[in-house]
Amino acid sequence: MTTPKDLRYTEEHEWVKVEGENVRVGITDFAQHELGDIVFVELPEVGDEITADEPFGSVESVKTVSELYAPISGKVVEINEELSDNPEFVNESPYEKAWMIVIEPSDSSEVDKLMTSEQYDEMIKED
Amino acid sequence: MTELKRTPLFEVYKEYGGKTIDFGGWELPVQFSSIKEEHEAVRTKAGLFDVSHMGEVEVKGSDSLKYLQKMVTNDVSKLKNSGAQYTAMCYENGGTVDDLLVYKIEDNHYLLVINASNIEKDYRWLEDHLEGNVQIENLSEKTAQLALQGPIAESVLQKLASDKNLGEIGFFKFQQEVILNGKKALVSRTGYTGEDGFEIYCDTKDAVELWKEILHAGEEEGVIPCGLGARDTLRFEANLPLYGQELSSSISPLEAGIGFAVKLNKEDDFIGKEALKAQKEKGLTRKVVGIEMIDRGIPRHGYLVFKGEEQIGEVTTGTQSPTLKKNIGLALVKSEYAFQGQELEVEIRGKRLRVQVVPTPFYKREKK
Repeated sequence: MTTPKDLRYTEEHEWVKVEGENVRVGITDFAQHELGDIVFVELPEVGDEITADEPFGSVESVKTVSELYAPISGKVVEINEELSDNPEFVNESPYEKAWMIVIEPSDSSEVDKLMTSEQYDEMIKED
Repeated sequence: MTELKRTPLFEVYKEYGGKTIDFGGWELPVQFSSIKEEHEAVRTKAGLFDVSHMGEVEVKGSDSLKYLQKMVTNDVSKLKNSGAQYTAMCYENGGTVDDLLVYKIEDNHYLLVINASNIEKDYRWLEDHLEGNVQIENLSEKTAQLALQGPIAESVLQKLASDKNLGEIGFFKFQQEVILNGKKALVSRTGYTGEDGFEIYCDTKDAVELWKEILHAGEEEGVIPCGLGARDTLRFEANLPLYGQELSSSISPLEAGIGFAVKLNKEDDFIGKEALKAQKEKGLTRKVVGIEMIDRGIPRHGYLVFKGEEQIGEVTTGTQSPTLKKNIGLALVKSEYAFQGQELEVEIRGKRLRVQVVPTPFYKREKK
């Protein structure tokens, strides 16, 4: 299981990458592994306002549905359209091809409250 | 929390990468490699399942046939020695106690195979209705069951059965005391996947060895261990009901679409006959149908089905079919909407999405 050092993480297994003013969001390698074969991804629309810790979409494996939780509050400025036809990207490339949304944060300091890779690794070890 | 029950194969799951879940009080593998991969293996080659959680009840005594005719909906008198029959057991009101297999070993000697989550309930029900010279015994704890399912199941299992031609065992027939690499097993040509294959009943102490030997025998040809996840998607595509979803104490076998296992014309009365007869005569008020999404989304067990503002049913099983890559489901709906092509809506996370009623089974294997 990989946990890139340069990302931040949530307890709900999302990763966050700071890109200038905005942040890119996806789910972790650990999460995709736990879920199994992803067959469906539902994302918000560009322009939607999302709230930290509230669901913003969902991923479905053959067996189950899991909600995606917003790591921070803000406005959705980009979504990964390719995931609707290629949900398997989530399994194949959780940190690259399967990024899900880009958020324009309403308060960029919220990112600092998220876990570091070390803290996230520690958390999933306990699971 | 009560401790989860385990099968004799629990100790080997890890070795094969099995990921376990709580399945009705049992700690069972949901998958080994991936549900899609395992599903595909069973459709194209073969897969091996641990289904030791299933229950087995032996029925013996000179009134066994009469007793079973009273207890189940199918006509047990039609069963010949070494034959298996799919049937249902009902309450007086037509609701389903369980769906099960009846094996006829010989006159006055039968074996019932029942669902894991219903073992205690079924056994009590059977016991409460004992009549005449009949003895029943719950063999569930002593019996392990493996299922080898898929088009190459026979050729793989044959490698372990040196003194028996498995080709002689026809569909829904079985053979007792088949020797598989020195271990005695009841080998039955039945399954829950829509493919050819075998269900293998053996003593719990032989289960681990048999598991390893079957996988070893099929390794080069691509036989892999499979979990409950694939078992569920496979049975769903083949439109085989799952107790607790398509069947329950409040869903009759007629409503679930297994009317072929209900013989209202058999001579003997059986529990639930009057209620089922009345259902049939008046016409069913609801039925299980196939549905396919028109809009983007996946139907899931428990989602509500609507026509306009009226809730007219609910989804009993749904997923993305690994074979067809379509988002499909089974739903119990009011009969007036149970027609092919009928457009309905399923509520998915607060949104009403369009589906249409489609024929079942979703998948049917090509007969050789």
